Amino acid sequence: MNIWMIVNGERREVDVPPMKRLLDTLREDLNLTGTKEGCGEGECGACLVLVNGQAVNSCLVATGQVQGAEIWTVEGLASSPEELTDLQSAFLTYGAVQCGFCTPGMLMTAHAYLRHNPDPTRDQIREAISGNLCRCTGYQKIVDAIEAVAKRRQTEPGEAP
Amino acid sequence: MGFIGQSIPRTDGFGKVTGQATFVDDLCLPDMLFGATIRSDEPHARLERIEWDPDFDWSSIVRVDASDIPGRNAIFLEQWDQPALAQDVIRHHAEPVALIACADRELLETARKHVTLVTRPLDPLFDPEEALTSEIKIFGEDNLFKQIEIEKGDAPGAMKSAWRVVEGEYRFGYQEQMYIETQGVIAVPGEDGGVTVHGSMQCPYYVLKALTPLLGLPPEKVRIIQTTTGGAFGGKEEYPSMLAAHAVLLALKSGRPVKMVYDRAEDIAVTPKRHPGVIRHRTGVDREGHLLAQEVEILLDGGAYCTLSPVVLGRAAIAAGGPYRCDNLKVLARMVATNKPPSGAFRGFGGPQAAFGVERHMDRIAEEFGVSPLEIRRRNLLQIGDTTATGQQLKDSVGIGEVLEKVAEISDFENRHRAYQHQPAKERLRRGIGLAVCFHGGGFTGAGETWLASKVDLELTSRGGVSIHCGSVEMGQGRNTVFSQIAADALGIDLALVQTPPPDTATCPDSGPTAASRTTMVVGRLVSDAAENLLARMTELLAQQAGVQLDAIHYGQGAFHWEGQDLPFGEAALQLHESCGLVRARAQFVDRDGMVWDPQTYRGDAYAAYSWAAIATEVELDMDTCMPRITRVVAAEDIGKAINPLSVEGQIQGGTLQGLGYGALEEVKMENGRFVNYRMTDCLIPTAMDVPDMEVVIVERPYQHGPAGAKGLGELPTDLPAPALAAAISQAAGFRFDEIPVTPERIAARLTQGKEGA
Repeated sequence: MNIWMIVNGERREVDVPPMKRLLDTLREDLNLTGTKEGCGEGECGACLVLVNGQAVNSCLVATGQVQGAEIWTVEGLASSPEELTDLQSAFLTYGAVQCGFCTPGMLMTAHAYLRHNPDPTRDQIREAISGNLCRCTGYQKIVDAIEAVAKRRQTEPGEAP
Repeated sequence: MGFIGQSIPRTDGFGKVTGQATFVDDLCLPDMLFGATIRSDEPHARLERIEWDPDFDWSSIVRVDASDIPGRNAIFLEQWDQPALAQDVIRHHAEPVALIACADRELLETARKHVTLVTRPLDPLFDPEEALTSEIKIFGEDNLFKQIEIEKGDAPGAMKSAWRVVEGEYRFGYQEQMYIETQGVIAVPGEDGGVTVHGSMQCPYYVLKALTPLLGLPPEKVRIIQTTTGGAFGGKEEYPSMLAAHAVLLALKSGRPVKMVYDRAEDIAVTPKRHPGVIRHRTGVDREGHLLAQEVEILLDGGAYCTLSPVVLGRAAIAAGGPYRCDNLKVLARMVATNKPPSGAFRGFGGPQAAFGVERHMDRIAEEFGVSPLEIRRRNLLQIGDTTATGQQLKDSVGIGEVLEKVAEISDFENRHRAYQHQPAKERLRRGIGLAVCFHGGGFTGAGETWLASKVDLELTSRGGVSIHCGSVEMGQGRNTVFSQIAADALGIDLALVQTPPPDTATCPDSGPTAASRTTMVVGRLVSDAAENLLARMTELLAQQAGVQLDAIHYGQGAFHWEGQDLPFGEAALQLHESCGLVRARAQFVDRDGMVWDPQTYRGDAYAAYSWAAIATEVELDMDTCMPRITRVVAAEDIGKAINPLSVEGQIQGGTLQGLGYGALEEVKMENGRFVNYRMTDCLIPTAMDVPDMEVVIVERPYQHGPAGAKGLGELPTDLPAPALAAAISQAAGFRFDEIPVTPERIAARLTQGKEGA
């Protein structure tokens, strides 16, 4: 079945079975391997992408459901060291990354959440990322990074990515 | 320059925040097949034969069983007991028996259903307490993988003169590593009959050493390359050898690359976990609450095969008495076989079990004496000059007193503990606070490091920098960044000039396994040594080229100086790289501590240096729902030197949360020899909601032979949260909990029982 979608700002067309998981379509057909599989049942959030602005686990979405949708994956954030988004930079400077496997999903959650709630408390951030499992960091530095970005955006308002 | 002690952002971070880092499942090779494993459905059985459905079209499926193994059918580690594919006898549920591979994954799943294992069931042995005397034999005559006895002084004699003897029994379950990236490898057959394995792993050389006898190939025909590894925590220490063996057998038979990446359910159901078991303490105490004699019995369940279990047992035995002064100690530690999936390495490696036992027991002693948990520990802590359980005299770098006092002060332990003792009984929300201390030796036990003889190479690059070559892996813990900092500091060059390529056994020497909290302390020191050797080698070559005496050249401020010349490192490196080709310098481990160790009696210097930690945790327990909520965590850890404080904090926070999960949340349930909650839905690990911000204090009591004084760090934080959390919940509930995890179900059962009893 031919399915088109806007992926990271570009119109892409794939010919896949409609029930193929969006996760697999992204990784195999569009070669966007930044989106990871951690559990395949929507528990870990490693495969989280944005579909029409909503954070969704791409392992639970059939490709047929996203016909015409706007999809953002980690590859859509930035691809060169000079262009990293504020969240990507903060994840590095605040030590929010260790093994890096949960990082793409965590970043996408954070991006979506800060748009929804630009001035969150630490507890709200914890709640927002509670669908993304990380086994390395104990989460604290991830909260640090997201909080720092939110605060900076508050004091230096500009174009949020 | 001056990179040591700086919170440098991780050097491999860019790839990880952009999705460009390549994990094994991100690799796709031409003509690649996907492999799958046919596993036993019984815990113990005789394997009569494998039936491949004759009505199924097998033409596009590659099939492998034990008869396809060219060499010895065993995954060698401590023993030769574990087959790559079961033959004749099945010893645990989900044991691999046969392999299939196919280019089409759907067809692969269909084919799996057309394989039948024809078996004759045997009586299974599940209870480790029965293993020694059971008629069922899994390993040798007594199902005993390893027994360790440690004797110091005269414990039975000293026990007689004790003012009081305190006894206790402490139980703990399995814990799953739950790295977010599941296990995976790709095996690629070579034209020369050899094979290359790409995979997520901690120990490339373990995989190499397991594959060569299995395949009957010389080491030069087996090449192992680590891919970006999405967490490991011990779980990728031994198992990748098994998975690599399977993929390689399929690759060699098919002549095509074979990818095997487990889904989460298979990963949880079949890979080794933290050893469950029981520890029994009997302690003689004098009138002042000093420990006179400790008798400790440890029983750990190794499952059906040996894996690394004897070494885990060694760690547990050495740490069994805790970081306390006691002249009379007797430890009897046993690792037994049962018909269950093998247990194995998990961060802490016997340490968390030992710490849980002894720390809960210290709380019991404190209760019997009517002193606080803090006071009983203060009276008995090891100090410089004391000897450990193995008779090792502590000469320096002992931060246990400092970490305990820091935690006691910051958490306001005494006041809160006293206040919570007197809180109203009928409140719905009750509070509790718990305390624990522990120590963890860095590096391999005893003469292990001498035996490993680890090597690190530094090589000049075509970009005027250096690259570090060794078998130690980056698995998220920060190896790349810390090694870069150490090398850049030793060479006096910019961090950007240091490269840390992933381990490849074809180009990297063996620096030992990435385990045992040894990477910074032991291998990091070798990076620094190799840097010095590289400077000496460069000086030698430059002297030859300039026609001057060796001692006419000196190195400082990032440049070589002689006869009025100043040649910056980068220019010298480029010049030598062009004129001399490969310029490499090596450093190899030498024992600088004069370690004396007897592996038979477990007497002597067990570790070159110990790291020390203390923790306090507070909980609020809802007496209606039985849900404990962690409200405060204060940890102080003496790790010698924080090469990268940001990374150290991350290790401590992450390790602490794993330990908290072990104490009150994480439970892998087993029924009839099989793990029943093998999905993330019911095999829980902590989320961001399960813990508050942790207060972490880094203490630096340097180890003179570590890089800049650094000691082991990786495992220490995971060792001690569980007993502190169990203590906090116990205080809140008003009942002792001596079995972990202390889940709401367990709390509810105990509270109900208590009410009925009253």
